[in-house]
Amino acid sequence: MKNAALLARILLIVTGTTLTACKREARRFIGDAHAAALPSSLRMGELVAGGPSPPAPPRREEDNAYDVNQGQQLFERFNCAGCHGHGGGGMGSALMDSKWIYGSAPDNVFATIVEGRPNGMPSFGGKIPVQQVRQLVAYVRSLGGLARFDVAPSRPDSMQLATPPSMSAADHPTEQAAEHP
Amino acid sequence: MRVIRRAVSFVALGLFVANVGCHGHTDTTASTAPARPIGPIAEPARPLADDGQWRMAAKDHANLRYSTLSEIDTGSVGSLRVAWTFSTGVLRGHEAPPLVVDNVMYVVTPFPNYLYALDLAKPGAPVEWKYDPGASPSAQGVACCDVVNRGAAYDDGRIYYNALDGQTIAVDASNGKEIWRAQLGNINKGETMTMAPLVIRGRVLVGNSGGEMGVRGWIAALEGRTGKIAWRAYSTGPDSDVLIGPSFRPFYAQNRGKDLGVQSWPPDKWKIGGGNAWGWLSYDPDLDLVYYGTGNPSPWNGAVRAGDNLWTSGIFARRPDTGEAIWFYQWTPHDQWDYDGINESLVLDVPWQGTRRKALLHADRNGYVYLLDRATGEVLSAETFVDVNTSKGVDLKTGRPIAAPEKEHAMGHVTRGQCPSASGGKDWQPSAFSPKTGLVYIPLQNLCSDEEPVEANYIAGTPYVGAHVRMYPAPNQRRGGLAAWDPVNARKVWSLAEEFPVWSGVLATEGGVVFYGTMDGWFKAVDARDGKQLWQFKVPSGIVGQPMTYRGPDGKQYVAIFSGVGGWAGAIVAGDLDPRDSSAALGFVGAMSDLPGKTTKGGTLFVFSP
Repeated sequence: MKNAALLARILLIVTGTTLTACKREARRFIGDAHAAALPSSLRMGELVAGGPSPPAPPRREEDNAYDVNQGQQLFERFNCAGCHGHGGGGMGSALMDSKWIYGSAPDNVFATIVEGRPNGMPSFGGKIPVQQVRQLVAYVRSLGGLARFDVAPSRPDSMQLATPPSMSAADHPTEQAAEHP
Repeated sequence: MRVIRRAVSFVALGLFVANVGCHGHTDTTASTAPARPIGPIAEPARPLADDGQWRMAAKDHANLRYSTLSEIDTGSVGSLRVAWTFSTGVLRGHEAPPLVVDNVMYVVTPFPNYLYALDLAKPGAPVEWKYDPGASPSAQGVACCDVVNRGAAYDDGRIYYNALDGQTIAVDASNGKEIWRAQLGNINKGETMTMAPLVIRGRVLVGNSGGEMGVRGWIAALEGRTGKIAWRAYSTGPDSDVLIGPSFRPFYAQNRGKDLGVQSWPPDKWKIGGGNAWGWLSYDPDLDLVYYGTGNPSPWNGAVRAGDNLWTSGIFARRPDTGEAIWFYQWTPHDQWDYDGINESLVLDVPWQGTRRKALLHADRNGYVYLLDRATGEVLSAETFVDVNTSKGVDLKTGRPIAAPEKEHAMGHVTRGQCPSASGGKDWQPSAFSPKTGLVYIPLQNLCSDEEPVEANYIAGTPYVGAHVRMYPAPNQRRGGLAAWDPVNARKVWSLAEEFPVWSGVLATEGGVVFYGTMDGWFKAVDARDGKQLWQFKVPSGIVGQPMTYRGPDGKQYVAIFSGVGGWAGAIVAGDLDPRDSSAALGFVGAMSDLPGKTTKGGTLFVFSP
């Protein structure tokens, strides 16, 4: 009986480790170098008059530590940090607070990066490969506490300047619709 | 002599004790110097006539911000109360001074850069007209340090000012109708315009902003009647672009040579090298020279741009008719600390070693107050007005700062405790001069920073900085202050300490009063002689504007100031930035995380009278 319990526990640990390892290995490299295009059915909010209840947010392929960390590096390389700091903002809005002017859903953040926004967010459409935009989306969401705890970065590659995303990460992150269309 | 000195220090001590006793939350520290310099004092180059108006941001071409109105004096200032107020409807940093011409007040707001005319002849000064330039909202994304505007200029029936999206505009002062607009800057390269124009003989001189975006700096002269460009002089590149010709005679050897705006850079880096003329211009009609400073070289990370990086972080003297350069002096060669050289230069005549020198007085970001010969660009004196460790003095033989190798940046290394921080000992916020005391009143900040240079990638229209920065209060100092500086003896006579950086301009008056504002919202009047606080009033939002004074249609003297926190220092409030990130607003948030608890945003003009 005791042995069975021990065996079950070991099995659980092994399975857990294997699953985590699978997650960590699920990395993809820069694929399509073409300009990012917008998903055709993109909405800024969740309200659709008379429509069904909004679906639960889908699991994202980028929701893993590798892609979020790639996003962290790209955030510096594409000069996002020059405007948004390390989440606190500056020329651009703060990203680590709970306010998402143009929506916090991955598709919203993706569209904001690709399309640009009228009050000063430049359009990066055609400048950043799609997969890298997705990695940026994953990192930007982690700044605002919208990444799972086990994938949110806990330290930057540079000197520590801001509260790391892991400090605000949630076990079950929720999303916020766009404030303005 | 010893007796006099002792008496002087006794008086100073008395002032010090008196000040400590009665000053609420302002600290005054009198040094052992007298309240007024002994012997000859600095004077305006030309006599100051005053018609009770205010036609340009600095009031006059000499950048003195001094009014000969004296109804409000050290006695009557205590009875100042609000005469009327005006809400601009804009929430960002209000850095401009109002103008007053022929009983009309003109106020220009931050983006969207509304221009209002207020009728002073009617009770409550109602809006006579409003002009909206329709500036592009996208420009907000490339304005490095809040979407500010630093003022307009009046000349010959027209109001000239810049809109954030790179336009210079002429508006008919009588009816608010647009006369012309000139699109000078391109926001898609990160170019904006925030400075206050200066008009010289009917020509409007303006410059661009964008040193944090790799924008190549320039100054341009536009014909006041048409807006056509008469000349444009760049701050980097070949001599033909910089308008350097046979008349160019810089005082120091390192600034002589061919195409130094190319040679002092690695290949092609000058094309994205900054040096923007976003600050103050002054003009001396006797020498017929216009003076202005150039901004920091881009990027902040100096590792990618070996050399002196001419003609950035320095000062040019030019002929206003042709733009040709006459002399140049570089405050900070190969700047690595974001020490823009754009602060105001006051045109003063100063007794100097037995002669009267035509001089410029300039308190720079790098922490030194310079006295220059304004005919030649020779440095007469350079002394610190805040704690400085990024250099060890200025060598008066070569004109160069003495290097402090331990504070120079290196890739892969964090430089800690560099003072002053990127904001400098003093930023754009302009000082004032009083011929009654011979003193210059300098608003300042005491901040230091940690910096880590990182790879800078140039993507046009995005930040080109290449540095991680975190600012914080200088050790054992309060973050702001006002210093009274004696140009003759190159020393501080007295100073006041404030909790936050003094990001407002200063006004000095014949009544012996000096006005300034604080970021937590106090508008203050102090005695020009000793800094003793005479009056204060709490406005709703922190002050980053420029105080001015005028004579109303009723013959009474008024004082006006914007309430409306923002600017680089106040971006944490104006832009809703997050205090948990000390690198936000290019590092300024690190030093200002408590400001949101002390003030909220909102633009309101306050006008006071006795």
